[in-house]
Amino acid sequence: MAKVLENLDEVTIRFAGDSGDGMQLTGMQFTSTTALVGNDLSTLPDYPAEIRAPAGTLFGVSGFQIHFGSTEINTPGDICDVLVAMNPAALKVNLRALSDGGIIIANTDGFDSKNLKLAGYQSNPLEDSSLEKYRLHAVSITKLTENALADTNLSPKVVERSKNFFALGMMYWMYSRPLEPTLRWIEDKFKKSPELVEANIRVLKAGHAYGETTEIFAVRYEVKPAHLQKGTYRSITGNEAVAWGLIAASVKSNLDLFLGTYPITPASDILHELSKHKNFRIKTFQAEDEIAGITSAIGASYGGALAVTTTSGPGMALKTEGFGLAVMLEIPLIIVNVQRGGPSTGLPTKTEQADLLQAVWGRNGEAPIPVIAAATPSDCFTMAFEAARIALKYMTPVILLTDGYLANGAEPWMIPQVSSLPNIAPTFATNPEGFLPYSRDEKTLSRPWAIPGTPGLEHRIGGLEKQHETGNINYEPENHEFMVKMRQNKIDGIADDIPLAQVEGDEKGELLVIGWGGTYGAIRTAVEAKRREGKSVSHLHLKHLNPLPKNLGEILLKYKNILVAEINLGQLVKILRSKYLLPMLSYNRVLGLPFKANDIEQKIDEIL
Amino acid sequence: MHLVEELIQSNKNFTAEKYTAKDFSSDQDVRWCPGCGDYSILAQVQRVMPELGIPKHNLVFVSGIGCSSRFPYYMDTYGFHGIHGRATAIATGLKIARPDLTVWVATGDGDGLSIGGNHFIHVCRRNVNMKVILFNNQIYGLTKGQYSPTSEFGKVTKSSPQGTVDQPFNPTLLALGAEASFVARTLDRDPKHLQSVIRRAAEHQGTAFVEIYQNCNVFNDGAFFPFTEKETKDENVVYLEHGKPMVFGKQKDKGIKLEGFTPTVVSLSDGKYSVNDLIVHNENDTMLSFILARMSSIPNLPRPVGVFYKVQKPLYEVEIERQVQTAIQKNGEGDLEKLLNHGETWTIQ
Repeated sequence: MAKVLENLDEVTIRFAGDSGDGMQLTGMQFTSTTALVGNDLSTLPDYPAEIRAPAGTLFGVSGFQIHFGSTEINTPGDICDVLVAMNPAALKVNLRALSDGGIIIANTDGFDSKNLKLAGYQSNPLEDSSLEKYRLHAVSITKLTENALADTNLSPKVVERSKNFFALGMMYWMYSRPLEPTLRWIEDKFKKSPELVEANIRVLKAGHAYGETTEIFAVRYEVKPAHLQKGTYRSITGNEAVAWGLIAASVKSNLDLFLGTYPITPASDILHELSKHKNFRIKTFQAEDEIAGITSAIGASYGGALAVTTTSGPGMALKTEGFGLAVMLEIPLIIVNVQRGGPSTGLPTKTEQADLLQAVWGRNGEAPIPVIAAATPSDCFTMAFEAARIALKYMTPVILLTDGYLANGAEPWMIPQVSSLPNIAPTFATNPEGFLPYSRDEKTLSRPWAIPGTPGLEHRIGGLEKQHETGNINYEPENHEFMVKMRQNKIDGIADDIPLAQVEGDEKGELLVIGWGGTYGAIRTAVEAKRREGKSVSHLHLKHLNPLPKNLGEILLKYKNILVAEINLGQLVKILRSKYLLPMLSYNRVLGLPFKANDIEQKIDEIL
Repeated sequence: MHLVEELIQSNKNFTAEKYTAKDFSSDQDVRWCPGCGDYSILAQVQRVMPELGIPKHNLVFVSGIGCSSRFPYYMDTYGFHGIHGRATAIATGLKIARPDLTVWVATGDGDGLSIGGNHFIHVCRRNVNMKVILFNNQIYGLTKGQYSPTSEFGKVTKSSPQGTVDQPFNPTLLALGAEASFVARTLDRDPKHLQSVIRRAAEHQGTAFVEIYQNCNVFNDGAFFPFTEKETKDENVVYLEHGKPMVFGKQKDKGIKLEGFTPTVVSLSDGKYSVNDLIVHNENDTMLSFILARMSSIPNLPRPVGVFYKVQKPLYEVEIERQVQTAIQKNGEGDLEKLLNHGETWTIQ
């Protein structure tokens, strides 16, 4: 049967199944292949905190969404064009994300009476015409997988677990993707067990062949490569990008990288990634708790390392006293907070932006710390590097905020030239003549980094208030006020050393939408859509949150309305209102999910 | 990535002066209460330091919070006064980053065993090469007199007017339970012994834990007098010496004998027992070390002081460094260009 080949600009697919069905792996393979064929893309893994929640349950559903296209792609997609559902629970949980008329590919073998009951279906939705408004393709994925492996000696469990490759093969066929990248990956991944290589390859090819031969798929799609800037690209997640940005900073600063951390979702992958690259003289320390994570990093920084601690949510709370110590010691330290839904343990695997006020203000005493935030998964590289630059130049802890969406989301990244990365040039004090541990660089106000092992610079530092210049313990009222202001002035001064804020869109107008962090793609998509409709709306995305860019105040005055959009109950807006004393609107959702561009568009429509 | 390495190399040929104890005294005024046991500990540490032959600039004293934790200010070395309970964690990071430094931690029974208890047990099990001296005065001094995790059951303090209902920690037993590779106890009012134990700790490669009975003359005066005062100490203290029988008493007329697993006091003067019946101390005997550590919880037994246990184990920071070197040997020095471009990439022309 001749199949129709249809061209599409962009597509959003969601793979959904039980936590143990391998949906994350399937999604990531589809992502790598899609990146390799030159599409722009953005992904959203969405999985429960439980590792293997009971099979078939609604709360055990694991999903992976990918939005790819031949045009610029900035979000993982508001709604899906295709839903691959391995069982009834996956269908039920994800159906609301599917567009009317969207494609459902359902594994009929997963829709047995037990699973239907667990998902709360009275009758089988694949058979009761309740899915009429969608294009339903019911495929016996499990049985077809079993058939493909009928003449092998693999256990039924192994056979059943490779069914995700059948689904992947079908989707590769449907969207005209090559099998080779995944074939290569399978060979490498399972190289120790040739029978698994054989089995998975066979199933992947069977899925692909099924698409080709079956009569249920009449149309096949093609998504042409995107017109990306010339260069060499790779696919990268936010956590990888943070790790690599830190490595790059270590290389460029000539300092050994030390990571003191405690495993926590969704930050642990940074630890995993750095642990893999010890040949960069990286030392990773999996501490006994979050507090030891930061305090060991402070100890390492005191010894002259580029020191980092990574965490999320509750871990941030536990490290707070350590932040204060680092402020008082005035030593370089990078704190990466991969924000997740809170408060308390909250939503470990979901995204949120609700730690901003904590990052900027959440310490005892006047304890200013620079705060910066990454805008996209690949921007995590740039901002991790920036965190190191500020920390080393100003002898200060720096908080880098990313979030669960950025951490696990992937996008194509144009690999930078190593030679184009700026040098970071820290120096250690070595001259005992006139050495004072709390003397100040005139320009940066930073103090010297005098590390143990330097003859003649023996000195004592600690968390008690210190005398200006000598660093000796000092409780005098005037000195305390002087030092509090000195520490504040040092951080405020960083405003002279960060890029000015830049508006995307018109320099003045009816509405300016301000965002920060991982909402960049959604806000950009929404604002661009409205601009195409001729609306006077612009977008400003903040990456430096403390201190703020110097020109922000004048920019704000050029718009009639200001809308601050954040995934919290209004935190940046509080900072901006109090600093600039201007009325501002705010748009806030806290669903544990990234913004949908469409929601922001509606909000813009309400205002304009 | 060799800025620190350069600094270390450039000072490699620095020859340590012939120091005296005075060279280790910083320019800061000592702010402990007059009569505090901490003065003796400071003096003995300063006396031992010159013997070690380590340049001052390679010595770091790290502490947490409390009276004991002011210690680094008074040593003319590098000093780091940290936050409450975290000294061992700070020192662990420092030691991993800088295995070339000699790191000492000064802590107290509150700092090290209460708020810092978690870090304490983990530093012991990891065997990071640092010396941890714990000033045990069985009271909170700096916060003015609350009971501590080593205060005896029923102790009346400001925060326990009816007596504590807390059972105390036994620091040596805790350290042994946490697999510390060197465990010792000494006394502030026995300068010679204190020096000898500090010396032994300094020589040890690995986490060396030293509990020092330290008198807080303001809030818990006399807590250890039975073990430190001339009139009583001979009958109440048994000095541990490797390879020697456990004899004590002014006339050396008593000893410790094992009845099953229980240590008991026997007389050497009534003809019933001789030194041959006594426990012969063996620092390398794991089981014995637990029995000795337990003795302080059993009434009517003399208190053992000296080195309870010493064993050689892999050093944490050395193993970490080894992994780095192995990775370099296997994959070559890290190459950023290669890292960014490894795996699947594609080029847009």
